Amino acid sequence: MSDAATVAAERAVADAHRREWAFVLAATARVAGDLDVAEECVQDAYLAALAAWARDGVPDKPGAWLTATAKRKALDVLRREKVFRTKMPLLVEPAEAEMTDEPAGDAVPDDRLRLVFTCCHPALAREAQVALTLRLVCGVATGDIARAFLVSETTMAARVTRAKKKIAAARIPYRVPEAAELPERLDAVLTVIHLLFTTGHTAPTGAGLVRADLVDRAVHLTRMLLALMPDEPEVRGLLALLLLTDARRATRTDDSGRLLVLEEQDRSRWDRAAIAEGNHLVLGSFRTGRVGRYALQAAIASLHAVAPDYAATDWPQVVRLYDELLKRWPSPVVALNRAVAVSMVDGPAAALADVDLLAADPHLAGYHYLPAVRADLLRRLDRPAEAADAYRTALNLVDNEAERAFLTARLTEVSEAG
Amino acid sequence: MAQYAVLVYSPAPADPMDLTPDYVALLERYGDQVTELGGQILTGFALQPSTTATAIRGDLVTDGPFIEAKEVVAGFFVLEAPDLDVALKIAKLNPATIDGGVEVRPLFQPPAE
Repeated sequence: MSDAATVAAERAVADAHRREWAFVLAATARVAGDLDVAEECVQDAYLAALAAWARDGVPDKPGAWLTATAKRKALDVLRREKVFRTKMPLLVEPAEAEMTDEPAGDAVPDDRLRLVFTCCHPALAREAQVALTLRLVCGVATGDIARAFLVSETTMAARVTRAKKKIAAARIPYRVPEAAELPERLDAVLTVIHLLFTTGHTAPTGAGLVRADLVDRAVHLTRMLLALMPDEPEVRGLLALLLLTDARRATRTDDSGRLLVLEEQDRSRWDRAAIAEGNHLVLGSFRTGRVGRYALQAAIASLHAVAPDYAATDWPQVVRLYDELLKRWPSPVVALNRAVAVSMVDGPAAALADVDLLAADPHLAGYHYLPAVRADLLRRLDRPAEAADAYRTALNLVDNEAERAFLTARLTEVSEAG
Repeated sequence: MAQYAVLVYSPAPADPMDLTPDYVALLERYGDQVTELGGQILTGFALQPSTTATAIRGDLVTDGPFIEAKEVVAGFFVLEAPDLDVALKIAKLNPATIDGGVEVRPLFQPPAE
């Protein structure tokens, strides 16, 4: 076979891995009745595709080819281990799983939803939900997940294995939750995706501020979820929030990697297409009249995205949206962000009073944004000595290099002023 | 169907003779609720208060439960349910969750030879 055919096959397999992994695994899991078996069969199918596609050409529907191959392998495993398997807890009732090799390409579309809801089941710890979602829904290699979350590969592999074992042993069902449970269960899914995004967007430690791959995975996952659940306003809201936040990606640091706050960012370099799509999604979400915390956060991000500059932002509306957000999601972190908006409406003194009240909240102890916000308000109130103290407190708590450099620069600035 | 042990935790010493009439009334309805939700209780026991427990660790014999805690095991039952979602739904209705809690733990099935 020619080198060109091999290259084309490799590219098609890589592409299908990124686009179709969830689809192939979810359909295979329903037949295999076991996530471990399904994962192995899907990996085998991708391997088989490399040789087959180089030899015979890339099929018209790579996803369907992979699904049919993986399902066939799963059925082989089932037949081989039939006696053993009947004694094992199954993921799916045998009556529900098709035991036949169905024609390629017509898998039930909500198989991917089953997979997502199983990975984000509340009986699994949050960190396990995140790891499983990346491994099983996105097909990210365990080593890459470990690097993204700054743990060793052994630790991450153990985490994934433990979670899969619990799914099998405790019989966590492979099912989309019923309507009554859906809001709560969907919230867990959205939280996991949002966590993926924020981990990528502001890497908690290390030099890089964006781990672009995690951000792209999170956006891709939300798009998939929206395609599968088009009537859920919060899915729309989350996608809007991610797009509007990520639209600022290119301007969050300068050429030397220094962190730029919203006020300093070059708005002409914001991704206008992402902002337009985000705004459209926010409107769609608000039109349903069932606005949740993601849609509200997206609406706030949207006001920032359309403002000509920082000072000209519709701050009173931002404060009103934060008030709504606090009603649905009474979090001290939200209250802290509201205080920043208050400083732009009622001045830094009013905001400082709010922040000092929040400082008593034990949930915010160790949260570097609190002293950082406080320091900025004191700086604007021309109280440099107190501002310097607050910057020092923030510096003791921050892990991210870009944020550390920013706070250090501000500390130098106020120290010279004082 | 899968089988789960549901371990019932109540504030120490969890004396079954001290159950309030309200609790007893809830407990009486529980069996029907379990069936309605698609589960079945295969067997279950309430325990004497934790003050009657004796713990043995190595050679050391001590008075009281194995782990000193605010809440102690008050009893357990074996629940058969189609999956964890049903088991959790049933467990959530147990009156012990009002001032204590329950732990749902799948029974170990030895792998086939």
